[in-house]
Parts: sequence; C-alpha cells; structure tokens
Amino acid sequence: MSERNNLLEVDNVTIRFGGVTALDGVDFSVKEGEILGLIGPNGAGKTTCFNAVTGVVKPTSGAIRFRGKTLVGQQRHKITRLGIARTFQNIRLFPEMTALENVQVGADARHKTSVVGALFRTWRVPVKPHELVEVDAKSGFGRAVQQVRRTGQRIFGLSRHTLEERAAKEKATELLKLVGIEHRAGELARSLAYGEQRRLEIARALATEPGLLCLDEPAAGFNPAEKESLLELIRKIRDTGVTVLLIEHDMRLVMGVTDRIVVLEFGKKIAEGTPAEVRENPAVIAAYLGVPTDAA
Amino acid sequence: MNFEFLGDNFMSLTVTGLTQGAIYALVALGYTLVYGVLRLINFAHSEVFMIGTFVTTIVWAGLGFGVGASAPGTFGVLGLIALAVVAAGAASGGTALIVERVAYRPLRKRNAPSLIFLISAIGASVALFELVGAITDRQPRGMPSLVQPKVQFTIFGADVTNLQIGIILSALAMLAGLDIFINRTRLGRGVRAVAQNPDVAALMGVNKDRVIMLIFVLGGMMAGAASVLYDVKVGITTYSVGFLIGIKAFTAAVLGGIGNLRGALLGGLLLGVVENYGAGVFGNEWMDVVAFVMLVVVLLFRPTGLLGESLGRARA
Amino acid sequence: MMAVLDSARKADEGRVRAVTGLRDRWANLPYGWRISVLFAFIIFLYALPGLEIPLISTPDTDFTSVLFLCAVYVLVAVGLNVVIGLAGLLDLGYIGFYAVGAYTVAILGSPNSPVVIQFPWVVCVPIAIAVTMVSGVILGWPTLRLRGDYLAIVTLGFGEIIRVFALNSDITNGNRGITGVPVPSEGTWPEWMDWFPGITAGRPIFSVSNVIGFYWLALTLVFICMLGVRRLERSRVGRSWLAIREDEDAAEVMGVPTFKYKLWAFAIGAALGGLSGALFFSKQTFINAQGFDLFTSILWVAAVVIGGAGNQLGVALGAILLAYLPERFREFADYRLLIFGVALIVMTIFRPQGLLPSRRRKVELEDRAKEGAVGE
Repeated sequence: MSERNNLLEVDNVTIRFGGVTALDGVDFSVKEGEILGLIGPNGAGKTTCFNAVTGVVKPTSGAIRFRGKTLVGQQRHKITRLGIARTFQNIRLFPEMTALENVQVGADARHKTSVVGALFRTWRVPVKPHELVEVDAKSGFGRAVQQVRRTGQRIFGLSRHTLEERAAKEKATELLKLVGIEHRAGELARSLAYGEQRRLEIARALATEPGLLCLDEPAAGFNPAEKESLLELIRKIRDTGVTVLLIEHDMRLVMGVTDRIVVLEFGKKIAEGTPAEVRENPAVIAAYLGVPTDAA
Repeated sequence: MNFEFLGDNFMSLTVTGLTQGAIYALVALGYTLVYGVLRLINFAHSEVFMIGTFVTTIVWAGLGFGVGASAPGTFGVLGLIALAVVAAGAASGGTALIVERVAYRPLRKRNAPSLIFLISAIGASVALFELVGAITDRQPRGMPSLVQPKVQFTIFGADVTNLQIGIILSALAMLAGLDIFINRTRLGRGVRAVAQNPDVAALMGVNKDRVIMLIFVLGGMMAGAASVLYDVKVGITTYSVGFLIGIKAFTAAVLGGIGNLRGALLGGLLLGVVENYGAGVFGNEWMDVVAFVMLVVVLLFRPTGLLGESLGRARA
Repeated sequence: MMAVLDSARKADEGRVRAVTGLRDRWANLPYGWRISVLFAFIIFLYALPGLEIPLISTPDTDFTSVLFLCAVYVLVAVGLNVVIGLAGLLDLGYIGFYAVGAYTVAILGSPNSPVVIQFPWVVCVPIAIAVTMVSGVILGWPTLRLRGDYLAIVTLGFGEIIRVFALNSDITNGNRGITGVPVPSEGTWPEWMDWFPGITAGRPIFSVSNVIGFYWLALTLVFICMLGVRRLERSRVGRSWLAIREDEDAAEVMGVPTFKYKLWAFAIGAALGGLSGALFFSKQTFINAQGFDLFTSILWVAAVVIGGAGNQLGVALGAILLAYLPERFREFADYRLLIFGVALIVMTIFRPQGLLPSRRRKVELEDRAKEGAVGE
C-alpha cells in the first residue's frame, strides 16, 4: 500500500467512566482514502472509540486529531462540519420526517442560511436562465403569476436560501439513489423497512459531505444477501473519495472490505494490520476464541 | 431588602419553612411516584390535593364540627384528625385512581406521545377544579381551628408550636412508611421494576397496570394526608387551593430529583425553608419568585436535581 | 359504553377522511383557483365585522371585540406553535412573554407610567418585540440545556415570576396597573371608508368603543406572522427544529447546532408572544397583573395541541375555539371551563393528533395506534 496522509489520528486515548476504563491508551490512525475496520469482542470499546471521535464522550486523556486539527473539546456539530459523519448502532433517524428530509438535514450541515436568511430571503445571487421558474401552469391566471415571479427573479436574483434549498434537495435525491432507496423518498422514516432505515442513515451521514464516514455495525441484523449489497455500497462510497471507519462484528464482512484492521480487546489495541496479518495474529485468535492473551 | 430581619428571625423562619415544606414534600410524592414510573407530569395531582381539603371539612362538619365549633379535648382532636386522614386519603386516592382510569389509561393503550398525556392531564385538572368550583359556588369554606398553636419549646430563640411539631413529624412518618413500602415489600419491588424497565418487568410477571394503579393511589393518599395537615394549619380552603401548592410541590419534586422519593422530601423541606428566608429578606410577596429562582439555580448546577432521578433509591 | 365510544370514533374517522379528501382536492386545484379562493377567504375575514351572520355572531358581546380576541389568540398560537409544535419545547409559561411585551408598550408609551417617555406606539412595539426576544434568550440560555420536563416547570416558574413582578414592582405600578396604554395611531377614519357598516368617518380608527381598526390591524399582523413562520418552516431552520424535536442528539451529530436553533425557536416564539400582548393591551388601554395568570398560559398550550401542533391552520383553529366558544356561550359561563376540561380529555382520547394534524403527525399516530394494538 502506498504511503498516504493520516486523515484521523487517535493518539494514546484513555477514557474512564467512574472506575471503569473503557479505552486504555489506544493509538491508531486512519489514512486518507482507506477503509479501516475496527473490530473486537463485545465490550472491547469500539463504540466508545467512535463516540470519542464524534465528540459524544470526552477522552480522559490523549488527543484526537482530524486533518491535523484537534477534536477533543469541540462541539459535536462542529466536528461534523470539520468532516466526520457517523451512523448509529441502534438506528437513530428522525422518524416523523420523510426520508428525503432526513437526508436534507444532513445536507444542511454545509449550508449557511439561518433564520434571517430564511425569513427575509436576503443574500440575493444573480440568477442563471435555467434556474428561473418555469411558466407551465394550466390556467391563464396561474401562468400570469408565474410570469410575474419569473420577471421578479430576473430582476432581483435568487436568495441564498432558495439556491441552498434546491441544492439540498438535489443532493438528497442523489444520495437516496446511491444507497438505493430513492423510491421511498417521500415516506416517513419510521415507515421504512429495517434495511432501508440503515441505508437511509448512511445517506444522511454522507449528506454532511464527510471526509471520514464512521459506520457503527451497519450490517447488524442483515441477511447474507443484504450484507453483500452493503459491502458493495461501502466500496462505492470509498470510491467517491470518502474514507471509511467501520465497526463490525461479522469477521467475514470486515475481512472482505477493509484495507486495514485495528483490533481492540478490553479497551486496549491488541493488533493492527492488513486483514491477512490480523487473521494470523495469535492474540486476535485468542481474543475471539476467548483464550486469555497471556496464555496464547 | 431586609437581611437584619432574616438574621433576627432565622430559626423561626426555619421552623415555619420546615412546616410548609413538609406539606410540599407529601404532595410532591404524588408527582414523583407517577413521574418515576410513567415519565408523566400528573397535572391533576394538585386537584387531588384540593379534593382532600374539602373532604376533611365535610367529615368534620358531618361530625358536628362546622365553622366556629369549639375543639374537643386532645384525644377528640387526634381522633378527628385521624378520621380525616382516612377519609381524605380515601377520597384523594380514589380521585387519583379515577383520573388514571379516565384520562390516562385510554391514552396508554393507544401509545400516545407524552404531549397528549399532558393535555389530558390539564383537562382532568380543569374539570375537577371547575366541578368543585361549581359545587361550592366558588366560595371558600372554613372549618374550626382544632389545634390552638401552643408554644412547646424554644430553640435558639424560635418558638416551636405543637402544631408545627405535629405536622413535621406526621409528614416524616408517612414518608418513612412509603420509603419502606417501596424499598422493602414485594409490591414496592414491582413498582421499582416497572419504573426501571416496564417491558422487562412485564416479562418477569409484574402486572404493569396494577403497579400504575398502585402508584396513583399511593400518591393520592399522601396528598390526602397532606390536605388534612394543610387544613389543620390554615383553617380555610377553596376550590383553587391546589394550583399553587401543586406547582410548588412539583418544583420540590424536581428540585430533589424527580422520580426520587427521598429527593421529594429533601426538595420539599428545602423549598419551604428557602422561600421563607426569601420572604423574610425580600418581603412576603416575593416568596414564589425566590422559590423558582432557586429551582433554576439548582438545575443549572445539578441538571437532574439534588439527589438525581431514580425511584426508591437515592444515588449519591 | 364501549359501543358508544366505538360509534363515536367511527363517526370521527369519517370526518377525518372528509377533511383529508378536501385537502387532497384542494392540492389538486389549479394554481389560479387556489389563489382566488384564498384571496376571497381573506377578504371574507376582513369583512366579518360588517357581516351580520346569524349563527356565529355573539349575542352578549360585541362581535368585533370577539373577532379581535380571536386574532390575538391566533397570533399567540402561531408563536407557541414554533416553540411546541416545531421545536418540541414545552413552554408552559408563555404568558410571561405576552406580559413582557404588553408592559413594555405600556411603560414606554403611557403618560401615566412611572417612566415618562411617552414614545408613540410604532416605536414602542418594535422595542417591545426586542425586549421580549431578549427575555426569551435570557430565559432560554440557562434552561434550554435542560431536558424537556424540566423546561416545563422552569417556564412555568418564569410565567409566575413575571406575574409576581408585575404585581409588586414599582415600574409596573403594582396592582393599580397602568392606564393610557397608547393606541397604534390617533388618526380618524377617512370619508371613503364611511360605507363600511360600523365605521363613521371622522371617528378615531383605534378606539375602545369601536374595535374594527384593531381587528384589521391584528388580522394583518396574523397574516404577516403566519407567512413568516411558514417561510421558516420550509427552510433549513424548520428542518432543524423538527430534527431537534425528533432526536436531539442525532440532530447534533448530523451537524445541527441544536442549542442555537432551540434558542432561536424560543426567541421567535417570545417575540410573537410579546407582539400579541402589546396588541391586546393597546386595545384595552389599561393593564395590570390580573390579565396574566398561569392558567391562561396552560390553556394556550392546550389550544395549540388540540388544534394540531405543528400545523399552522390547526393551531389557529384551536386558538379561535378557545377565544370564541366562551364568548358565544356566555349563558354557560359558570360551566364553560368545566366543559372545556372534559372536552380536553375526550379530545385526547378520540383525536390525539389534534383537530387538523400536520401530515406527519397523523401518520405517526396511526402507526403508534397500530403498535399499541399489537402490544396489547
């Protein structure tokens, strides 16, 4: 593998909850453009590690850097804007919003319009001809109104709100297509099937335009066919230039898709390397078979 | 501002505050129990209390102790109070149960969102309040002063009356009883189980509906007892009496950590004491303001209240 | 008993289907038609005081005053809807903002207030809106970090604090209150308005005895505010609010600055509450602490939820019912709140989604009902 820049550096991170040490001096880095797997038995600290990266929990000590910027102590929404997005192990969509709206919320992370812009439609931008309102109403009156609006837009331009709104919708539609649920765009998130909800979560995370996408057990509860298509999706996402950090229980899935793997056990890193290396690592085998490491 | 007054009357303000706070604490239990199990602010609880105050007067009047009647001897008074506690406890407990059956259970069956529960609670509160208002012609109702406050002893210059001792001690006794019930008995264990995880508790064979009925009745009985203490202390009641006490009691519950029984006690006593100090410093009219400002300040530093939220167990 | 409940529920479902059908048909109407119908409806609302419609007019009170009250309540509901319906923040002390707005206008504008500045109305009202917004931020800054149920009690406390303050402070003249709250303008009706029933040229536009001017002003403000909130609703801001209402943590992780938007919801809600207070007490010309009991505040919340939280037309309907029914049925004055309370319970059992639910909420509740049925 060629030398690439480190996108994310987790540097000697320790996290304690009361007396429990969830992560103990964990060190690893994610390189630009790779798919890194984070594996380990239950309770190894994988999700805690994710939570630390996305700012949900604060490390007791150690540093986390993304593109050289430190993340510790940053507000969570700012971390998202720096370029880290995630999904949740137990799906957390906005159930009463449509699939499209869910993704639009993600896309909004990149938008600047706020209350004033939305209310008064300020920040006018000169309009390009193809962006004008179409005059297509059936009734004469409707056409007249549209004509007036068209003229207005020509004179005053479009607001940043309108442009962003359009961009958000386009992007959201595109992402729904990417994850393969564009036909459910208008449905409420809560009424989607389980697999569709998992895919919707990925689309929503991608909408924030992340440099690094963190997937927390995206294949949980999937059958083999669904897992296969998920693998394909993850590769597709990587090919668009997004680095992927993947927590996964299913060893086969991890081995099949990742470039490198980091193995955690009891909050400590016990191995790191390519899937082939990790597979042969005695400590990893011991951890997964339940043999104490020192005996292996 | 009058800090000198506070300094001079510190102990007597404390005693008055504790007396008031004991009543808050008893009412707060109803909020805390229901919230701990159902995550629901039972708005109608203030009316449950109000019903108790009226039933007390009715019972006394029925026994020939209407307004202006002279008090019987010590044992007579104790007997009247005990009788009133039973009657008001039953009436308030019954009202709470009716509210549960009519206003909440149908919604629970339909899995309604919490905002809807709140509206139903408001509806029940308004209906009860107006019903009693209509029956009593919106007139206050007096009762004989059964207990003449008599100074029993003095601590640090503060007179402590028999009335105050009685109220504080009976409130403490009831709280202790409830605490033991929740923590030591099988039924109490069921309550705690449902509070922590209703679904698992149901799987383990706890009858959820019965537990919910139980907590409403328990909370109602405590409010009924509080209403008797209130009547003895204040000597007059009206249909709108529940509103402010209800808000204060809820504040007390939140202050101590809602869902936490000992928190309700702590919150109630603290609220009573602090608002009396506040009244001493800023004047009586600012009492409620002091109470709420304290609530905000406490929540800022301890977002889940002083003792944290957990039914039946105080988390350190 | 159960049979009665069931048949009532069935009848209600039929009504819902009719409403939904109407909504679909409305959406399918040609653009021009919709605009024209809307326009006609707006004209109708403006003309209402002049029309003697037999059944709906109020025999015991001046009908225009009732209309004005309805308009003010709708304004309140539109503001409260931002806080409760969209952002999902339970504000039980909304009346505090209403009071702050009203008192700001009274104190700055009245010749009888302790502070003799006597600004004209048009200056007072923007200041009142700004002051309420600031008070919303001051209340929200520490409390919006708290969880929902705590917010409820803290806002309730805020409402009570404002009332107690109004009752006891010198700047509000205590319980004596402030007279001479300024009216929007001292102008008189021009000749060309004389044709409208109830308007006499040369009489003041804004007076206590003839409130047509106030009603029209309130109606206009209602339209402006509803349009503004609609714009917000259909923008990034509205989406962020909904996301916060649905799952605050997930929203934050998806890049929504949740605290900022909650604060905005609070501030906008407060501003609208302040505006309605200012408007209402300009008509009353007298203000004291009596008008600000928490009970009214709680009724407003009920109106918003009953009407259909999240849907502007729904909350407007809820507000109108709350303002109108007690005036229409004065003969039941003693029992009207009792009936209201019972109606609330009945409503929540039959129509938990409100009279006019937002599209989302309707589907959600249907789903929940199904889940509930399965869980039995």
